[in-house]
Amino acid sequence: MLRPSLDSLTEGRAVGQSPARLDGRDKVTGRALYLDDLTFPGQVFGRTVRSTVPHARLLGVRFDPAFDWSGITRVTAADIQGDNVVQLIADDQPFLARDVIRHAEEPVALLACADRERLEAALAHVFVDVEPLPPVLDPLRSEVVFKQYLIDHAASGLAEAFARADRVVEGTYLVRHQEQMYIEPNAVCAVPREDGGMTLHGSMQCPFYVHRALQRLLRVGEQQISVLQTVTGGGFGGKEEYPSMVAGHAALLARKSGRPVKMVYRRDEDVAATTKRHPAVMRHRTAVQRDGTLLACEIDVVMDGGAYVTLSPVVASRGVLHAAGAYRWPHARIACRVVQTNTPPNGAFRGFGVPQTIFAVEAQIEKIARELQLDPLEVRRRNALELGDETPTGQKLLWSVSARECLDAVAERSGYAEKRAAFARENAAPGARRKRGIGISLALHGAGFTGAGEAKLKARAGVELTPDGARVLSISTDIGQGTLTVFAQMAADALGLPVPAIEIAESDTSRMPDSGPTVASRTLMVVGGTIAKAAQALSRTLCSFAAEVHGAVAGDVLCENGVFIARGRSLAPFGEIARRWLAERGPLRVVEQYVHPQGIEFDEVSYRGAAYPCYGWSATAVELSVDADTAEVRLDHVVTACDVGKAVHPILAEGQIEGGTVQALGYALLEEVIWKDGRILNTRMQNYLIPTAVDVPHVETILVENPYPHGPYGAKGIGELPATPERILRAIDAAKAGR
Amino acid sequence: MTVRLSMTVNGQPRTAEVPPLKRLLDVLREDLGLTGTKEGCGEGECGACTVLIDGELACSCLVAAAQADGTRIVTIEGIAGRDETLAPVQRCFVEQGGAQCGICTPGMIVAAQRFLDSGAEPSDANVRAAIAGNLCRCTGYQKIVEAIQAAARERGGGA
Repeated sequence: MLRPSLDSLTEGRAVGQSPARLDGRDKVTGRALYLDDLTFPGQVFGRTVRSTVPHARLLGVRFDPAFDWSGITRVTAADIQGDNVVQLIADDQPFLARDVIRHAEEPVALLACADRERLEAALAHVFVDVEPLPPVLDPLRSEVVFKQYLIDHAASGLAEAFARADRVVEGTYLVRHQEQMYIEPNAVCAVPREDGGMTLHGSMQCPFYVHRALQRLLRVGEQQISVLQTVTGGGFGGKEEYPSMVAGHAALLARKSGRPVKMVYRRDEDVAATTKRHPAVMRHRTAVQRDGTLLACEIDVVMDGGAYVTLSPVVASRGVLHAAGAYRWPHARIACRVVQTNTPPNGAFRGFGVPQTIFAVEAQIEKIARELQLDPLEVRRRNALELGDETPTGQKLLWSVSARECLDAVAERSGYAEKRAAFARENAAPGARRKRGIGISLALHGAGFTGAGEAKLKARAGVELTPDGARVLSISTDIGQGTLTVFAQMAADALGLPVPAIEIAESDTSRMPDSGPTVASRTLMVVGGTIAKAAQALSRTLCSFAAEVHGAVAGDVLCENGVFIARGRSLAPFGEIARRWLAERGPLRVVEQYVHPQGIEFDEVSYRGAAYPCYGWSATAVELSVDADTAEVRLDHVVTACDVGKAVHPILAEGQIEGGTVQALGYALLEEVIWKDGRILNTRMQNYLIPTAVDVPHVETILVENPYPHGPYGAKGIGELPATPERILRAIDAAKAGR
Repeated sequence: MTVRLSMTVNGQPRTAEVPPLKRLLDVLREDLGLTGTKEGCGEGECGACTVLIDGELACSCLVAAAQADGTRIVTIEGIAGRDETLAPVQRCFVEQGGAQCGICTPGMIVAAQRFLDSGAEPSDANVRAAIAGNLCRCTGYQKIVEAIQAAARERGGGA
């Protein structure tokens, strides 16, 4: 059968509209069940004993003989029958430390008890004997490199470019940790099975990560593990890899105790122990012409990976691939290394290495403009990537490039030019105690996995027929972004059904095809497109069947708004045909595999080629004022223009942009992880501050729709695009400088 | 040691036999089976456990069970009508994108309902002040503010 490409998808009544989100009613009534809302018969509660030192030889774990341990399950590394390794990229991170402690808060032992008060008391009676070793806490002093990258873009011409430049600008930029601070902490429940396997319920982004981790840990077969995602109260990357750790701990306790074990992290434990955004030190050296034209760059990025590899190689890869920003560079040499320190491992957080490197390049552009006494907006406009330009990996941009369009849109909407002039006058006035500033920044974000990631993963997703419509089959998780709803919209349009006729199957690894992890702004673009393709195939099958039953020509039949019609004649409602098929021919299930567009290739050795099939683009204007006496910053207005390709659900798309923008504002202005001797001092919401409703202004969003020809309906990934903090600092600079 | 609590919860008389220092949050969730009220921090910062006690907003994680004896409590389960019709503010949250991951939503809606009942002018500043005790990490608050303003407009008899 000929398979139409996604280019042939046509919008029906759902795509481009904003129907009520499928889980909306449950969420506003309190009926949505998160992990901690569930009670499992016979459940006990689990807790983790952790290291308090950042680096040490682990001599042993002792349980106080004077304490009454009856009814308390105890697990140490010695109890592990399978591999004591959290399955991810490298086999270096244990579920429970055995001989060496490599970071503070590293798990050392586990306890479970039905009585939570006794459980808390028991924690104080476990003694971890260590012989401290000197920790490495400064990434610039680390000698252990997890991974390094080099992008060489006509670098043989670098020296010449620097020699003929009107100006060489240098800058060093530093960004620190950021905590995801999802409002629902990590939470799982492991339920032991009679076959020696485990059923794991939990708050997570990537059920198959947990599935693979548990197989190795428990040394059981694929069929003996089921992982079910419960309604998840935020992730932002923080529930990409860490749930494998929590799930493993609960499973170890469940296997030993023979009872369901619930582990719900306390807030302070979640902040202290789980992954954060990678800190980075970034050095820029730029050759530039007097008129602001960028000639060449040398960029050096060092990221702090923490104690174990986790996702650091991929974070650093994405970081280095975005380090040159949304600009055209005739010559570039970009190096990045991610190193080990004795701090809790850093990991996935919305943007995944990009907010760090975009921050640095945007700061550098600002510095260039200042030194050349040019308007920074003009420097950005002059150098912004356009269709046909090449990125530093030699990727020729063939479609969907909107850097200039986004810049122009926010410049106009924010009144940038007038305000810049007016603020300069006001700020210079004698006695001005509030200085105002406005700044614009530019960003891009590669959609989907880096390089050959999607081609290797071969994501599978599909649909199956129900008596009244269809059910979407995937393992992709809704963590708030609205996955369930956009999947239903796309399936509905492909089938000619109203959105309420579409159900979404429960996210269960034992029954769903592996559509891959819910990360990398890939879910709508990659999995959504695959679902739409499967729904088209299901539709063709049913149209033929309807034609057969009603004596019409197969090619004439289509389904519109839930009714099969042929040449204007109504044949039957969808449900009638569906029920007849199910009765006469049995289940109908179509699962498709994602096909990466041809010609989009990337060489992972030379780091040359098309790193991403397409990019999201954004420009943001921030207007703020600074109190000249107290240095207090007040945000006055934010305008952001984001090219999303196609807004499948405009309200959800705006929700991603507004939410991501406010996270970035938080990173820039409020959020700071404070360390002492390798441990975090501010592990609570009282002292790690995220923005409240009164800390942030109205965020005005301009949706730009420049279609990606291989995305469903032209859509491309946008979830991470707004997460960069650079925008805000540009405006502060402007205000402080009195400009 | 336990105490016997008598409360009116969402208009119904309810009793519970619990330790006097048990958190009201846990009484609601464990003893009364009302799991719509969520825990995000356990220290009164996030507001996910917000309920109304005698008409005033409170973080139920900071209230000892004994303090709740004899009070009237409204939780998220008490906001919709008896016939399960969504309250206007709930419907506006669904329509305007006010809920994403949803974990802050019950507390947020209780706070929003209290604001609407106060009859205050639904200006951007007033609405933001009314939900300043409720943290949301997903939405950036914009759509929450818009949902509350839409509900206020309906209540005002407008379109």
